[in-house]
Amino acid sequence: MKHLLSINDLSVDDIETIFTTAAEMHDVQRREVKKLPALRGRTVINLFFEDSTRTRSSFEIAGKWLSADTINITGKGSSTSKGESLRDTVLTVCAMGVDALVMRHHASGSAQQVSEWVDAVVINAGDGTHEHPTQALLDAYALQQRLGSLEGRRIAVVGDLTHSRVFRSNVLCLTKLGADVTVVAPPTLMPSGVEAWSKSAGFATSYDLDQVLPTADAVMMLRVQRERMNGAFFPTAREYTVRYGLTRDRLAALKPDTPILHPGPMNRGLEIAADAADAAQSLVLDQVSAGVAVRMSVLYHLLAGEESA
Amino acid sequence: MPAHQPDPDATTHDPGSIDPGHVVLDARDISRALTRISHEILERNKGPEDLVLLGLHTRGVPLARRIGERITSVEGAPVAVGSLDVTMYRDDLRSHPARGPQKTVVPPAGIDGRTVVLVDDVLFSGRTIRAALDALNDLGRPSAVRLAVLVDRGHRELPIRADHVGKNLPSARSERVSVRLEEIDGHDDVRISQMGDHA
Repeated sequence: MKHLLSINDLSVDDIETIFTTAAEMHDVQRREVKKLPALRGRTVINLFFEDSTRTRSSFEIAGKWLSADTINITGKGSSTSKGESLRDTVLTVCAMGVDALVMRHHASGSAQQVSEWVDAVVINAGDGTHEHPTQALLDAYALQQRLGSLEGRRIAVVGDLTHSRVFRSNVLCLTKLGADVTVVAPPTLMPSGVEAWSKSAGFATSYDLDQVLPTADAVMMLRVQRERMNGAFFPTAREYTVRYGLTRDRLAALKPDTPILHPGPMNRGLEIAADAADAAQSLVLDQVSAGVAVRMSVLYHLLAGEESA
Repeated sequence: MPAHQPDPDATTHDPGSIDPGHVVLDARDISRALTRISHEILERNKGPEDLVLLGLHTRGVPLARRIGERITSVEGAPVAVGSLDVTMYRDDLRSHPARGPQKTVVPPAGIDGRTVVLVDDVLFSGRTIRAALDALNDLGRPSAVRLAVLVDRGHRELPIRADHVGKNLPSARSERVSVRLEEIDGHDDVRISQMGDHA
């Protein structure tokens, strides 16, 4: 495989290989000298047309710890704001001699499109409402570190599913690893066509969070993406919290030690209460540190081997 | 992407496909060589103090463990044994499909100021040891680094030599030296054979 555009590009074996390498990278994170020479002389460009804190810095750290040269280009302040097309921007960047392009763009399918234009390795760091594969990998990795095998584990994915690329990648990844996934959202935030997809992919849907939580082995709360909502998807934020937020009461309804995940950034008080976000069973910060290890592993496997690998 | 690649250091093969060669060290020879190496290490280090044995993947790891057991039984005190993966430090990373790294286990006390003995099965070009020295550099600053190998087959490509050698085995480049160990391959022996078509 040359690029990482979708979880669908990966077999279960590929995912396990990425996780095994990530575990070694995790050990490197605890060392005093956090540096491996594997990607010396390789150049990785983070091309971000959307805001990001953790994904971009995590890819940047991952590249640096593998000794690659990493450069960040953001949509704001680049020639894009002067009207340059996406194609011209990526061709320009690649003409400088780039080995990998880590890309985030607001158009679904943009990473796939760019991979057809350039010779560099393309890693999708979020394309519109389509996919965010490394986020799903790191979530599954962090969960696996806590729970062991995900086979048969009941995992609830809750929140704004319509606008969530994290949801799409996560459902693909978790079901591939054998987890029993239930997605929960208000009807207005349940993507259209989810019934057909849930049947073919093998996950369940629900509108009732309180019914799903007591049996869940892990809960993943997704962010309410207000920046993508032009219309009103729910009457008030308060009503969303009452029906779909991980409140203090719902935290108490969980089985003890049930891991809580959130890909960040969190809207505290909206989809997740501070008590839940900061609870001992919260994996939020583990997800961030797993993110660096998993991205190191992905960069390593895509870039370290022979050119034609 | 990360296809499951055969270990390039793997030294066992389908017996039908290549010349089985002849045995140059049997299990008892290997045992005697390891016992001698253990004593040499102790003598050189003037005891087991501050000694760290690091086995190089794949077959250096059980060898380091065996030497550790021998030193422990002679001195009565346990000696620190770990493993070192040098995949990320190899100079031929670009010429093979990417391989996943294996476990690096450094004793909790670290390697700073201690004597590290690298343990490997076969010393050949010296490139693995070069990579191991780089890897050590990122882990700490040992007071000394020494090298123990079961077989030295010559053909060095770098200025590297072993301090403790089980057997010097003059060989042609066209020959294959394969070490098999109980822990990995089910039994102990060292064979030399003509390189097959799969080399």
